[in-house]
Amino acid sequence: MTDLLAPVALTGRGFLVALGMAGSIAIFGARGISHIFRPPFYVRLFVRSFVEFAYFSLPVVAMTAIFSGMVIALQSYAGFAKYGATSAIANIVVVSVVRELAPVLAGLMVAGRVGAAMAAELGTMRVTDQIDALTTLSTNPMKYLVAPRLLAGTLALPLLVLVADILGVMGGWLVGTAKLGFNSHIYLQNTFDFLQSMDVVVSVAKAAVFGFLVALMGCYHGYNSRGGAVGVGAATTNAVVSASILILAFDYVLTELFFAR
Amino acid sequence: MSAQPKIRIRGLTKQFGDKRVLDGIDLDVPTATSMVVIGGSGSGKSVLVKCILGIIEPDDGSIEIDGKDVLKLEPAAQEAVRGEIGMLFQNGALFDSLPVWENVAFGLLARHSVTREQARARAGEILTEVGLAPSVGDLYPAELSGGMQKRVGLARAIAAKPAMLFFDEPTTGLDPIMGAVIDGLITQCVKGLGSTAIAITHDMASARRIGDQAAMLYKGRIVWQGEAQHLMDSGNELVDQFTHGRREGPIQMELRR
Ligand SMILES: Nc1ncnc2c1ncn2[C@@H]1O[C@H](COP(=O)(O)OP(=O)(O)OP(=O)(O)O)[C@@H](O)[C@H]1O
Ligand SMILES: [Mg+2]
Repeated sequence: MTDLLAPVALTGRGFLVALGMAGSIAIFGARGISHIFRPPFYVRLFVRSFVEFAYFSLPVVAMTAIFSGMVIALQSYAGFAKYGATSAIANIVVVSVVRELAPVLAGLMVAGRVGAAMAAELGTMRVTDQIDALTTLSTNPMKYLVAPRLLAGTLALPLLVLVADILGVMGGWLVGTAKLGFNSHIYLQNTFDFLQSMDVVVSVAKAAVFGFLVALMGCYHGYNSRGGAVGVGAATTNAVVSASILILAFDYVLTELFFAR
Repeated sequence: MSAQPKIRIRGLTKQFGDKRVLDGIDLDVPTATSMVVIGGSGSGKSVLVKCILGIIEPDDGSIEIDGKDVLKLEPAAQEAVRGEIGMLFQNGALFDSLPVWENVAFGLLARHSVTREQARARAGEILTEVGLAPSVGDLYPAELSGGMQKRVGLARAIAAKPAMLFFDEPTTGLDPIMGAVIDGLITQCVKGLGSTAIAITHDMASARRIGDQAAMLYKGRIVWQGEAQHLMDSGNELVDQFTHGRREGPIQMELRR
């Protein structure tokens, strides 16, 4: 009898653990946000995180955007050529890049790059007592370590994604004109005719949410890591995995919010 | 009023899982004296100090500083009290992303009492006090030897001239001469600042050099407290076995805990 119920009990326990974790992440996030608005402000640390987020992620995100724009152009051409609707390709590229691919892929790339680094840095600081040392030096670690990173993530990713939007469309244009033989002027005309300002707003809004999530997961898992080098490793993995899943989940929620009418 | 100890701990308990690390600690540290705490590895010395610092929340008991129970204060008032404590962590806990001078001046900068230029100059002075060249300020903690890291940690702890100073094994892992130098610096700082100090150590020579008084932690309780000079001839069986490092005696090393 107990054997039969074991899977149920396990599922229930897993659910409770997940619920408790979601709760503590929410509290952590709320505390972090509240420190963004209360002095002292660590401008220097914010700038450092922002540069790390935006500037140093630029090459990775740019490559990702260009190639996905190229692939979309190629794929949709292969699919639509037999219907003779090749003019739709510019439209498909711009919509899929701006609405979905740029924010999601940039978010995932940044989760792997910056989120992991944040978790490793804060995790190391935790297990070497550096976070405790902050409290003994009249410094609130949530304010000093977490708040600047959350703000940097939320502001930096939109900037990155705007660049990714442009580069993704360029990737499509490159394939469209150089390989598929479209007229450059008409391709761009199609792109701008179809692009709506709402699409860009959504792109940037998603980016802000994803940037916040990446920073939140990096900080939460790093800040609460324990158990030496193994613990820091686990924190890094957890930060990347949980940020990636949350990005995809919130992508659905936001898409539903903006487009499902 | 002068009889009131700077730090008064009563009935402090802390349990991790089902392991009771602190089991009713009573300890008084009089103003402007230094108290040495000895005890076996894993006996909870670091946990005790972290409880006073507010890094670990005890399960029960009271910690009075200047007669006020810090555990019952508002968070802001707690932070203010803790701002008066300088701490040298067991492993240094230097901020490895910051150069040495910013480590040393961290507390000064955090209080916004000085500009960065002033903080930098002040850091150079404090580094000189602990026997390091001011140019060391430009290095990063990873570029220092263990002994230098201890000195920088000491410099960081004393920079804000705190009323209380805690040292967690300040000389562990140093050669005997460097150990004696650090001890000298500690007594100099404590006497110079008139601070109240708690020092954790395994090193008996160091304990007698740093300490005015001493206390021994065993099985979660303070089993002996007295003059640090009497550590080697305390007449207490537990202390004797510990300070003389005898394998036979009332303390049975628990290899599995
Ligand atoms: N955060 C924690 N979570 C769980 N257990 C802990 C924690 N901190 C300390 N302990 C346990 O409490 C006990 C006392 O640890 P503590 O670090 O105070 O020992 P110590 O007396 O300082 O030893 P040492 O001389 O080796 O530094 C240890 O058994 C340790 O496993
Ligand atoms: Mg210890």
